[in-house]
Amino acid sequence: MIHLTIIDRSGEEHELEAPTDMNLNIMELCKAADLPVKGTCGGMALCSTCHVYVLSAHQLPEMSEDEEDMLDQAFFVESNSRLGCQIQLTENLDGLKLQLAPETVD
Amino acid sequence: MIQTDILIIGAGPCGLFTVFEAGLLKLRCHLIDALPQPGGQLTEIYPKKPIYDIPGYPSVLAGELVDNLMKQISPFEPGFTLGERAETIEKTPEGQFLVTTNRGTAHVAPVVAIAGGLGSFEPRKPPIPTIADFEDKGVEYIIRDPELYRNKRVVIAGGGDSALDWAVYLADMTTELTLVHRRQEFRGALDSVEKVHTLAEQGKIRLLTDAQVVDLSGDEALRSVTIRHKTEGDQVVDTDHFVPLFGLTPKLGPIGNWGLEIEKNAILVNTTDYMTNIPGIYAIGDVNTYSGKLKLILCGFHEATLMVQSAYKRVHPGKKVSFKYTTVTGVEGFQDQAV
Repeated sequence: MIHLTIIDRSGEEHELEAPTDMNLNIMELCKAADLPVKGTCGGMALCSTCHVYVLSAHQLPEMSEDEEDMLDQAFFVESNSRLGCQIQLTENLDGLKLQLAPETVD
Repeated sequence: MIQTDILIIGAGPCGLFTVFEAGLLKLRCHLIDALPQPGGQLTEIYPKKPIYDIPGYPSVLAGELVDNLMKQISPFEPGFTLGERAETIEKTPEGQFLVTTNRGTAHVAPVVAIAGGLGSFEPRKPPIPTIADFEDKGVEYIIRDPELYRNKRVVIAGGGDSALDWAVYLADMTTELTLVHRRQEFRGALDSVEKVHTLAEQGKIRLLTDAQVVDLSGDEALRSVTIRHKTEGDQVVDTDHFVPLFGLTPKLGPIGNWGLEIEKNAILVNTTDYMTNIPGIYAIGDVNTYSGKLKLILCGFHEATLMVQSAYKRVHPGKKVSFKYTTVTGVEGFQDQAV
């Protein structure tokens, strides 16, 4: 089990415990914890509803071309933006701190 | 006015397969979809991606699956209203449903099957506070008629194929064309990327990378946009049009206001026949929810199959469905039947 902190869109911090042997990614973890992450495309890096900011200095897997491409169509993108569905939960992510990016309302 | 037995909202895989199962019961179908082509997400978002859990297909490309479904349902001659979004629903005096699209096309059927997936695909709108004020007053999310931009100043935002292709296309006919993109690399086809760079060198496209449009201003029409560069700060660019091209995103849309019970952005159904809280309106595939729901194409196919059995009883009250295997009966299309 690893420990993560996720700040939701109202600024509230959520301390989450997550297993690393269930092949879960950040998007799935957020959904399982009932955080307001839609994960519309189901983890194909095709919708950006799991857009998060990485606040801690963890070494994350490199961004794939698919993820970069999707972030091109997302909004509120910052240099620490990632798609939660593209980050698998692994031991080295213990202590990871993330913030949910704003949702686009239209 | 289009009259049919089952009116299907959404021409994705579930909607398409419904035509087949309905056809076996000699029920006619008509499909409405907001996209200009059938296939839903499979065609629009991931046509070249493989799907591995369609029974009998170790692997099939999403686009191929749609092509196969179209072939499979062709004997049952489905009607299509494409590029239009189902907007309103009402009951006719005869107890049928009247569904009208955003373009005013009217459809009447005793049964409506919502196979709307994630919703209808609509352009992603950038979160610029004043953008709604300038919609159709200089801001367009889709280019319908390029002639609108002749001899005008245009700012396009985005980094994908449509942003690149339109920038190239419009470069020669506009007086000034600016392309704004949030990073230096483009994800579009290599050929288009090269063309944009060549036109930029020739001074026909003003290319602003590492930048995004953050504000709009004008009076009765758009006059200028503010473009923020990552490191160099803001600049105001005078323009007649701003065209943000950030792809499409699905929205449940008007269906959400049809009086259907909704839970977490999905329509609640029972698992006997996938009927909603409104008798005669069914919901199948990714758009519905029930205890144990899985958003899988194969589950949607199952839901469609059971749903048409129930729909039959509504279309032909009092008549019994006789269940037959296709292996025994073959597929008898409407064309083959004596009228």
